[in-house]
Amino acid sequence: MRSLQQKIKTVADLFQLQERLKAEQPVDKRYIAVCGDTGCSVWGSKSIKDVFQECLEYKGLEGQVDIKFTGCLGLCESGPVVIICPEQVFYQKVKEEDVQEIVEKTVQQGEVIERLLYQDTASGQKYVYMDEIPFYEKQQRILMGDNLKIDPTSIYDYLALGGYRALARALTKMTPLDIIEEVKQSKLRGRGGAGFSAGNKWKECYDMNADTKYMICNADEGDPGAFMDRSLLEGNPHSVLEGLMIGGYAVGANEGIIYVRAEYPTAVEKIKQALGQAEELGLLGANILGSGFDFQISVTIGAGAFVSGETSAMIASIEGRVGEPRQKPPRLAQRGLWRRPTVVNNVESLANVPYIIREGTRYRQTGTEKSKGTKIFSLVGKVVNTGLVEVPLGLTLREIIFEIGGGIKDGKNFKAVQTGGPSGGCLPEYLLDTPTDFEELNDVGSMMGSGGMIVMDEETCMVDVARYFLRFLRDESCGKCFSCREGIIRMLEIVDDITEGTGTPGHIELLRELAGVVKDSTLCGLGQTSANPVLSTLRYFEDEYWSHIKDKKCPGRVCKALIRFTIDQQNCTGCGVCLKNCPEEAISGEKKEAHVINPELCSRCGICLDKCKFDAIIKS
Amino acid sequence: MIEMILNGLEISVERGTTLLEAARFYGIEIPTLCYDESLSPIGACRLCLVEIGPAGRSRLVSGCTYPAQKGLEIRTHSKRVMEARKLLIEMYLATCPSSKTIQDLASKHHVTRVRFKQKHEECILCGLCARMCEEQMQAKAIEFIGRGADLRISTFFDKKSEDCRYCGGCMYICPVCEARCQGPQEKDPVCNACLNLEPPCLDQFQDAMCYMDPCVACEQGEEPIKLSDDKE
Repeated sequence: MRSLQQKIKTVADLFQLQERLKAEQPVDKRYIAVCGDTGCSVWGSKSIKDVFQECLEYKGLEGQVDIKFTGCLGLCESGPVVIICPEQVFYQKVKEEDVQEIVEKTVQQGEVIERLLYQDTASGQKYVYMDEIPFYEKQQRILMGDNLKIDPTSIYDYLALGGYRALARALTKMTPLDIIEEVKQSKLRGRGGAGFSAGNKWKECYDMNADTKYMICNADEGDPGAFMDRSLLEGNPHSVLEGLMIGGYAVGANEGIIYVRAEYPTAVEKIKQALGQAEELGLLGANILGSGFDFQISVTIGAGAFVSGETSAMIASIEGRVGEPRQKPPRLAQRGLWRRPTVVNNVESLANVPYIIREGTRYRQTGTEKSKGTKIFSLVGKVVNTGLVEVPLGLTLREIIFEIGGGIKDGKNFKAVQTGGPSGGCLPEYLLDTPTDFEELNDVGSMMGSGGMIVMDEETCMVDVARYFLRFLRDESCGKCFSCREGIIRMLEIVDDITEGTGTPGHIELLRELAGVVKDSTLCGLGQTSANPVLSTLRYFEDEYWSHIKDKKCPGRVCKALIRFTIDQQNCTGCGVCLKNCPEEAISGEKKEAHVINPELCSRCGICLDKCKFDAIIKS
Repeated sequence: MIEMILNGLEISVERGTTLLEAARFYGIEIPTLCYDESLSPIGACRLCLVEIGPAGRSRLVSGCTYPAQKGLEIRTHSKRVMEARKLLIEMYLATCPSSKTIQDLASKHHVTRVRFKQKHEECILCGLCARMCEEQMQAKAIEFIGRGADLRISTFFDKKSEDCRYCGGCMYICPVCEARCQGPQEKDPVCNACLNLEPPCLDQFQDAMCYMDPCVACEQGEEPIKLSDDKE
């Protein structure tokens, strides 16, 4: 690592350092980017990086070729991902054994290794370069794109890319009102879920007359299957810090707080490291860039409550109280942390800010009329290319799922997509042409939310999905409001009955009535939207509820009480594999003769189905 | 003063008044289970729902926590409010049927059936006791513990509290307390179940430790209450 840098005291210092860094790292310098995000790390990317290091040393290439252990590169499905830059040759599912070959062939001789390339499942075509891959082609990665060029543990990588220039511009060339106007013009809307205009939020806080104000970054991302905030913090922490500082300057706050959930230890580590480096360089602290603006940032770690992502609950949590939402008004700009005017912005919203300040008009060219810019979605579930995708707002769900995501896994059919996390809704196939826009998604009974996108195939039971989210919400409701706490418990009770085959026709009417009341009468946004999983599945998949209740059948063949396993007497060879593996000893039969399952003993675990090599187990 | 429209009437209330206070001041009855004039409101029971805002864009809020705002249109007895309230009372009945307060509410609001599975809880988690203990008795001996479905009222770490002075304020304010009137028994025409004992705190202190009437020490029966710390 570079020796201790002199403090950056003025804008000229910053520009000088950036020029030097650019000269040291020319654009055509060869480096190997190894994805170090959680998904790829689980596949062993850390040791792959180490082997690359050893291999380069052995070949005497250190210094000529760099290795960057980067943040999320997007295509988590194909991890570990290794990209050879500057050409951006994309290798997927790399193993330690492949490293030497990559160094010898690709790095040294510029040859492409065919077998490590990404292959499109539908067409079978192989792609060499990253931006050719259909997954990346339709994306517009203004926030995520830099991950490839940045080692999140080094502030110098961020600086070399022009980092903190937006801050310099904001502090020296713009008044707080200019910044607020620019953000308003950009139509940046809260990426945490509610979609409130960031500019209006800032303006309201700016207008408040107070000696102390606070600027908070909300990194309490808790939706199941959503991880874009974590990836931003882990992949490019300085962009969030810069956004937070610009926001602080605009609203008149001198103190910033990043509220991260305790379940994100790596993000906490990276952000603390980034804070340390920024302080060391003088980009944080007193008299930043000689402008007279002071700003401190501290990190608060949440204790693992989903509800603390609600802004007023988060403030209670920072103050040391139980994370429970309170009545708004008074709004946070009027009475926030320690009763002072406060702005809370989501990680992704803040990461947008430096870009907006740097290139305002260009930012406004992407997106829809009412919502500009891009949105990161975490595309997960039964989709071919799972991962993080960053798309211009307004792209349709179909384009995201089928063109970027590559369609449904294993050639199955699409059934539903769940957007907006547990409080969002499930949308059926005929609504796939809905654009990803705050209003449009609300109109069809779902929401943008923080950007979780869970794709479900035909083997999903929608009643079971509602049950899953209700369980999550039951555990995560703060429990203060009777309507939310008891309402969710009662909705779950009814849905449980339906999945267990004891539902009655009256249940549907009651469920609808109850969900309506929970939505209407609960205090906070999370409680109000807790009925959405039920309301949206009832709206689009009511027939599935009916087949559970009337025909006692589960169309997705998921609900254990309503399915049966039998053995096809024709196909069964009597090999005995199912018999050996059945944990309930429910299968009997002589060797080389067709076996039978005793339905009384069968627990419907499905192990026999997975183990049978002759397609003899029938699930019905 | 703040001008608002309450059920079509123009009213004016002082700054800082809540919608529930405003409605009650103007003689409109709104049911509550978690509200007490002497305690800070938390909006937990959701029975004091009122509809605010112009038609078409209106929403329901808890009257006990929502502050009066200039020009606000409030409807306390709209169809939407009444239907939500009825279902909430039905859920209360399904949860805690032994409470006379809840049974009375059910009769008053014509809730005649319970479509949910019957439970027999002893607490509706309104939090009145915890706030009484903290705000009026300055003891803070009991609090909400846990979250969501596991939420309950208890002492810290479920240990015997050293801050509890046995004042009984928690029982006094509980809307669903199990100490129901059984009426006089056959043998004895005098019931005396609610007999008010000499406040036990006077054995140790020069002044009574609370001004509760009746003194709820009677719940403890004949055994005199030890106030000294008999630590476990």
